[in-house]
Amino acid sequence: MTTTEIPGSPDFEIDPRALTPLADQRLDIELQSEDMVLNIGPQHPATHGTLRVVVRLDGERVVSADPVIGYMHRGYEKLTEYRTYPQVTTLINRIDWLSSFANEVPFIHAAERIMGVEAPPRAEWIRTALTELSRIATFILFLGEMGLQVGAITPAFYGFRDREHVLNLIEAVTGGRFHPNFNRIGGIKDDLPAGWINETRRVMGLMLESCDQFEDLVAGNEIFQARTRGCGIIPADVGAAYGVSGSNLRASGVDWDLRRDGQPYLAYRELDWKVFTHPDGDTFARYWVRLQETREAIRMVLQILDGLPAGPVMAKVPRIIKVPAGEAWVNTENPLGEMGYYVISKGATGPFRVKIRTASFSNVSILPWLLKGVYVPDVVTILAGLYFILGDIDR
Amino acid sequence: MGLIESGLLQKKPLKPVSWLLNYSRKYSLWTFQWGLACCAIEMGAALAGPRYDVMRLGVIPFPASPRQADLVVVSGTVTDKMAPSVLRLYEQMPDPKYVISMGSCANCGGPYWDSYSVTKGIDQIIPVDVYVPGCPPRPEALMEAIVILQQRIQNEGVGNDELRQRWRGEHILVD
Repeated sequence: MTTTEIPGSPDFEIDPRALTPLADQRLDIELQSEDMVLNIGPQHPATHGTLRVVVRLDGERVVSADPVIGYMHRGYEKLTEYRTYPQVTTLINRIDWLSSFANEVPFIHAAERIMGVEAPPRAEWIRTALTELSRIATFILFLGEMGLQVGAITPAFYGFRDREHVLNLIEAVTGGRFHPNFNRIGGIKDDLPAGWINETRRVMGLMLESCDQFEDLVAGNEIFQARTRGCGIIPADVGAAYGVSGSNLRASGVDWDLRRDGQPYLAYRELDWKVFTHPDGDTFARYWVRLQETREAIRMVLQILDGLPAGPVMAKVPRIIKVPAGEAWVNTENPLGEMGYYVISKGATGPFRVKIRTASFSNVSILPWLLKGVYVPDVVTILAGLYFILGDIDR
Repeated sequence: MGLIESGLLQKKPLKPVSWLLNYSRKYSLWTFQWGLACCAIEMGAALAGPRYDVMRLGVIPFPASPRQADLVVVSGTVTDKMAPSVLRLYEQMPDPKYVISMGSCANCGGPYWDSYSVTKGIDQIIPVDVYVPGCPPRPEALMEAIVILQQRIQNEGVGNDELRQRWRGEHILVD
């Protein structure tokens, strides 16, 4: 042993390697800062409404995130107790305001099931067409707006432009741009207007072109892929445990679609279509799955136009609708995920109690788990990629 | 309106001066989009969509914060939980400021008139210039509201006294 190695001796030299961990620790203490709390919302363009996310930050990294919901709570479940059945459809149009027609279908089916009424086949096919049209309108807006959330403003304009064509079709049939209120118990209000089928064929061609455009412009963009690939990964088991449904779950590789696997409803069993899944589970996968589902929806609409059965659009129901006592649970595949209505009737003109299961509420419940550890700019991307509607969360 | 605050317009300004001031104000309306519910999508179609293209009316719909805005469009259901934020936003806007209430919910509660959690009309919280009825109103209705509001701005006085009396004007209802 030399004198340089004996502590206390005048020649003693400290080995610098021994000091490095100590210095690191010291540096950590000096640089330690208080966590910063960042409020995203209640009004923020990326939240599609009034979701507030309280994010605790350590530097650029998210330590914890808490969604604060309830800014759009309008009390649907209580209000349905004071409305008659036709009035309830007016209300529930507005739960998920992007795909209103798809909201009406499960409630009307639940009421029809309790009453024992069946809508004629033509009505069911027209309902299917309008549901798929509202799915196209919803997803086209998403495909454009997703570009906006990662910093490209042009696709958002394209999304709004192409959505207008679909809204025109829905308006021509139902009279409302996106609150149609067109379903009746036992059928639909009116038959299709003259010339609608040819016009729809033309618009569906435009929509297919629009999908190709979004694939090139957004999904094929290098910057978009760099921002979304590997961002906000939901593993299949975690997603299923949180109750995530719809395209978000299919983007995690779960092959599950209520149109195919659930209780049979509308005319989906008679159409030729495919369920798309993606193994990655990140934001890009969610974008890709929705892009493919838009194309499938267009294909479905074209098939419906070809095979539309003739006949009446309304079954025989009394003028004042009284639903006999009973209960029914109907869940369907809405654009945002699984939506279900549990209707309890006690024989009056209005429901006794309606429980509404909405997709976005469960999809958002994964946010505290999903946002932990990501960077701040990715928060906005993940929020937009989950694609929720505030009315659908808060009801 | 730095001219007014600096006291340069203590006296009633000449007619061409006030015309010019109002003309510049009405064609540079910075609009804050306070989108809350369904109407926010129609507002998006009107303000950001290429079919309606509100920018040709001299409306710039993308201020980064209410502190830069002249006009706020409150579109959608205001719940009791949201109401304090709406008031706070309005107070952050610099004078002169204008409010368009879009949709039945913001006007009076709309289909949620008997709901326990919905504020029945934002005019209980903030003064409203133009009401746009409808559930939801078409984008054309919102543009009509903006055009009417621009006409009102053009005919406004810009002197100190007139500015103070601005809120005594009648509300406008788009029909």
